[in-house]
Amino acid sequence: MPGRVHVIAIINGEKREFLCEPLQTLLEVLRDELKLTGTKEGCSNGNCGACSVVLDGLLVDSCLVLGVEVEGRSLVTIEGLMGSDGLHPLQKAFLENAALQCGICTPGFIMAAKALLDKKPRATEAEVRQWCAGNLCRCTGYDKIVRAILAAEKSM
Amino acid sequence: MIPSNFEYFAPKSVPEALSLLNKYQEDVKVLAGGHSLLPQMKLRLAAPKYVVDIGRIPGLAYIKEADGKISIGALTTHYALESSALLKQKCPLLSETAAAIGDVQVRNRGTIGGSLVHADPAADWPAAVLALNAELKVIGKSGERTIKAEDFFVEMMTTAIQPTELLTEIRIPQLPARTGSTYLKMHQKASGFAIVGVAARVTLDANQVCQEVSIGITGVTSKAYRAKSVEAELRGKKLDSAAIKQAAQKATDGIEALADLHASSEYRSHLSRVYTRRALEAALSRVK
Ligand SMILES: Cc1cc2nc3c(=O)[nH]c(=O)nc-3n(C[C@H](O)[C@H](O)[C@H](O)COP(=O)(O)OP(=O)(O)OC[C@H]3O[C@@H](n4cnc5c(N)ncnc54)[C@H](O)[C@@H]3O)c2cc1C
Ligand code: FES
Ligand code: FES
Repeated sequence: MPGRVHVIAIINGEKREFLCEPLQTLLEVLRDELKLTGTKEGCSNGNCGACSVVLDGLLVDSCLVLGVEVEGRSLVTIEGLMGSDGLHPLQKAFLENAALQCGICTPGFIMAAKALLDKKPRATEAEVRQWCAGNLCRCTGYDKIVRAILAAEKSM
Repeated sequence: MIPSNFEYFAPKSVPEALSLLNKYQEDVKVLAGGHSLLPQMKLRLAAPKYVVDIGRIPGLAYIKEADGKISIGALTTHYALESSALLKQKCPLLSETAAAIGDVQVRNRGTIGGSLVHADPAADWPAAVLALNAELKVIGKSGERTIKAEDFFVEMMTTAIQPTELLTEIRIPQLPARTGSTYLKMHQKASGFAIVGVAARVTLDANQVCQEVSIGITGVTSKAYRAKSVEAELRGKKLDSAAIKQAAQKATDGIEALADLHASSEYRSHLSRVYTRRALEAALSRVK
């Protein structure tokens, strides 16, 4: 049977080394091997966006990337957002706008919003809604999430 | 979770990848964006013993134009195609197809080559390459061959490519002057795949007479197809709404439309006619 593979990647700005089975998804590696449990699992098949992370600058679903595929790549997860001065403006805005209930979808939405605002700091409401099509929330009805993202945009 | 383990290879060149494919034959799967293969493996629909990741092979992701022909590397992502300024200008049908796929996360990983080889009956790219008469460049141990888009799709999730071959390039023949093209899709609300997707391109002569027309339809039956009866009815005719409306009635001639919980067979056929009409009208309005 195949052995574990040695992988080196930059995760949240730090060089990390880990061993993983080829069959482990990036999501499983993050949560089970690296104990970065901020990234959540919803559907595990690319539909819900709960597992969203930023890989080499692009928003991806970590449940549909293999751990071994990130060798040499750079990754940002929800744990990488907080700066020395506290919560990221998006995190603050989600709290202030009560944009979460159970919170399972929240890390994914915040990573998605970050990827959008990095690309387009003044995204319109329509653009925010369109962009977040890959992130599902079963609790909030989306409106507060959209408001939070627009509020964060203003504060940034 | 992926239930059965496999050995993972990340070759750095096409010859290296090909020799792995030859060595492991039926037990191996190519991994591109992983957005069809990994879900299949999770569902045990695929259980390769060996996985060859082509994502580390340089030079397989590009969009180029030379002598009017557009060539697209198989590893080019939907996102790269969606955002290409060249395609927006030269072949909006391709930009529109890319933008209609899944969501941001899916488009950032999924590749055109992976989509074509996977050949999901509701995938978008098959309709586009059919309407554009694309040629698919495939490479195996004994060399290269070119497969016409029309000959590529064999059956549901089955194409003319061998397990020991790689799709490397999609070539779009030069579009003549006075050509217009578009891709229109009715999304299945939950998955984002096509209930019906119609890619259309028309070329007119100086008198507004239809010189060439090709229509690719996906989502309707077990594989994407060319709507040949519609095309035959329009070729050599002056294109106007009445002619288009009449021809579009033939969108599912000779085709058995699928029925599932999202759409009945009658509804799919109806949508095919409506989307064929709309796509032809949109393509016509773009002829310059
Ligand atoms: C949530 C979700 C929504 C989606 N929505 C849509 C949609 O709306 N429309 C749509 O069309 N698609 C959709 N897809 C599918 C998506 O476009 C996939 O990216 C695509 O079908 C496969 O491309 P890939 O690069 O991910 O291929 P992979 O999954 O890596 O591979 C797919 C198959 O092709 C083979 N393969 C890949 N590349 C090559 C190559 N170069 N040569 C030979 N064999 C190769 C693999 O061995 C495998 O059998 C969706 C997927 C998900 C997860
Ligand atoms: S868990 Fe990855 S998209 Fe749902
Ligand atoms: S807050 Fe519960 S899924 Fe979004």
